[in-house]
Amino acid sequence: MSIRVENISKQFGGFKALDNVTLDVPSGELVALLGPSGCGKTTLLRIIAGLENADSGRVLLDGDDASDTHVRERQVGFVFQHYALFKHMTVFENVAFGLRARPKKTRPSDAAIAQKVHQLLELVQLDWAANRFPAQLSGGQRQRIALARALAVEPRVLLLDEPFGALDAKVRKELRRWLRRLHDELHVTSVFVTHDQDEAVEVSDRIVLINHGRIEQVGAPTEVYQKPASAFVFDFLGAANRFEISDAAQGYGYARPHETELALSAGHDTVAVTVSRVQHRGATARIEALEQARSGPKSDHRYFEIELPQVAVGSLDLFEGKVVHVRPTRLHVFDRQIAQSASAVS
Amino acid sequence: MSFASIVSAQERTPAIFETRAATSEPAWAKWSLIAISIAFFSLFLLLPLVVVFVEAFAKGWSLYKDAVTEADALSAIKLTLIAAAISVPLNLVFGVAAAWAIAKFEFRGKQILLTLIDLPFSVSPVIAGLIYVLLFGAHGWFGPWLKEHDLKIIFAVPGIVLATMFVTVPFVARELIPLMQAQGREEEEAAVVLGASGWRVFWSVTLPNVKWALLYGVILTNARAMGEFGAVSVVSGHIRGQTNTLPLHIEILYNEYQFTAAFAVASLLAMLALVTLGAKSLIEWRQKSVLKELQS
Repeated sequence: MSIRVENISKQFGGFKALDNVTLDVPSGELVALLGPSGCGKTTLLRIIAGLENADSGRVLLDGDDASDTHVRERQVGFVFQHYALFKHMTVFENVAFGLRARPKKTRPSDAAIAQKVHQLLELVQLDWAANRFPAQLSGGQRQRIALARALAVEPRVLLLDEPFGALDAKVRKELRRWLRRLHDELHVTSVFVTHDQDEAVEVSDRIVLINHGRIEQVGAPTEVYQKPASAFVFDFLGAANRFEISDAAQGYGYARPHETELALSAGHDTVAVTVSRVQHRGATARIEALEQARSGPKSDHRYFEIELPQVAVGSLDLFEGKVVHVRPTRLHVFDRQIAQSASAVS
Repeated sequence: MSFASIVSAQERTPAIFETRAATSEPAWAKWSLIAISIAFFSLFLLLPLVVVFVEAFAKGWSLYKDAVTEADALSAIKLTLIAAAISVPLNLVFGVAAAWAIAKFEFRGKQILLTLIDLPFSVSPVIAGLIYVLLFGAHGWFGPWLKEHDLKIIFAVPGIVLATMFVTVPFVARELIPLMQAQGREEEEAAVVLGASGWRVFWSVTLPNVKWALLYGVILTNARAMGEFGAVSVVSGHIRGQTNTLPLHIEILYNEYQFTAAFAVASLLAMLALVTLGAKSLIEWRQKSVLKELQS
């Protein structure tokens, strides 16, 4: 089941949440909507689900215009960040809810419902918890129940709104691998929202980067990482150091921490910085440094993150407060205008 | 203060602070505060309650029995029960509808609706009664029309029911609104995405989530409906055996120097209050254990 979103715009009061967004999600793919908070990614997901109405534009499910289809009839599965399980129902009743809610004509028999629920609970490895209440389960278990509940109605598409956002780091990591495996098994077209780039890279087939209600780039994880389309994408997918280019009209250049080196003497392409922290991490060391005083308020000074092999660090004899010079070994140059919109976010 | 916030305030006070010297107040402060409150409540709340029962039984059981089974008393009991039986369900439906609208939807005039719900709290019950006299009385706005169609509202049962409804409007809605706002819309959204109809969402998701607060609101509404004096007094006309509720009947007996009978009937209302208190504590206890379950 494919999803197509066409020219969707949405405004909340004076705030433009989505600005003419067009997106294709091919059948069977697992797609991540990635962006900073307030970028419109959750709004887009809710519009696809039908929980929110777009001001203009269309949502097509499998080629059919679903814009005027009520959320009840869209046959989508939705997983909420805070699970939204029915507190007063057992796990079994939670998962059975969608089947029991069907009109009499299409409702399966009690035996068929029970079989389906147990099958799904086995799929999420929580069959033993059928008679428990949600409050008796951990966050990770609750989210798996929420997923089983969403899958019970055999949705045409599965939509997940920051599904791991409320979980602690370790459980989150386990769950996202598990979600990936589940998707490989079921192949239901899925869209999930996240602000965590690691999560997006690890789980999804494709990443959709959203900023200020617009799509910045769509591509496979390696593609967006290796060929970022804008300064925003480059900046959002990892630590980035900004360098000014002598030809000012051209824009800014960006370099990752491992594409940056330190020198003891100044050169034509270096920036003078004060070392503020040195972290040793096995084979490499990460150095944080603040740009040396120029004119202007201190908050304008750029922060640099430099990753160097331990060997190089030893020869530099770094300590807190030492003045050194940063130089990019590889520079990614982006158009000035986009670069500015990106720096406004970060 | 709403029921939900009372419970959560109690929940937030961890017992551990009591046992540690560093975080507790000196013993004399604690004990004098406790003594003052106990003395105050004994004098102003407990003593009158005891007096009601002592006076009621002052001249023996048979006189008590006569006072509460006399024809006028029975008619007053019946009318009180009728007024409560009509106004409580109606306010239950209205309260749930208003709370649902306010907590789950965005619309213009929400604040006005909230203020209107609170109006009976801020207006004197006597004025509430007068409003209905001015509207439906013989010389009121609708008076001539009502007379033409041979309908009687003021100095009759419908007026008493109307006045009772007016003063009990806020209780259910006020209990539900903060709780429903705190619970948000997510569970309902989840149910709708799963294909549930509006009714099904209401019966199997919204209502179970608020049932204890709802019951609490109903109990408060009932207590107020049966005990209301001011508004009902204005519209009743005090016709013995016809338009007297229990509180009005007590006043008449008292004004006629039938103290024992007055206290005997008053003891019925006092017992209602005690039952209400019992039910309220039970529900609070239930609600608390539900909350505890949610937090664990």
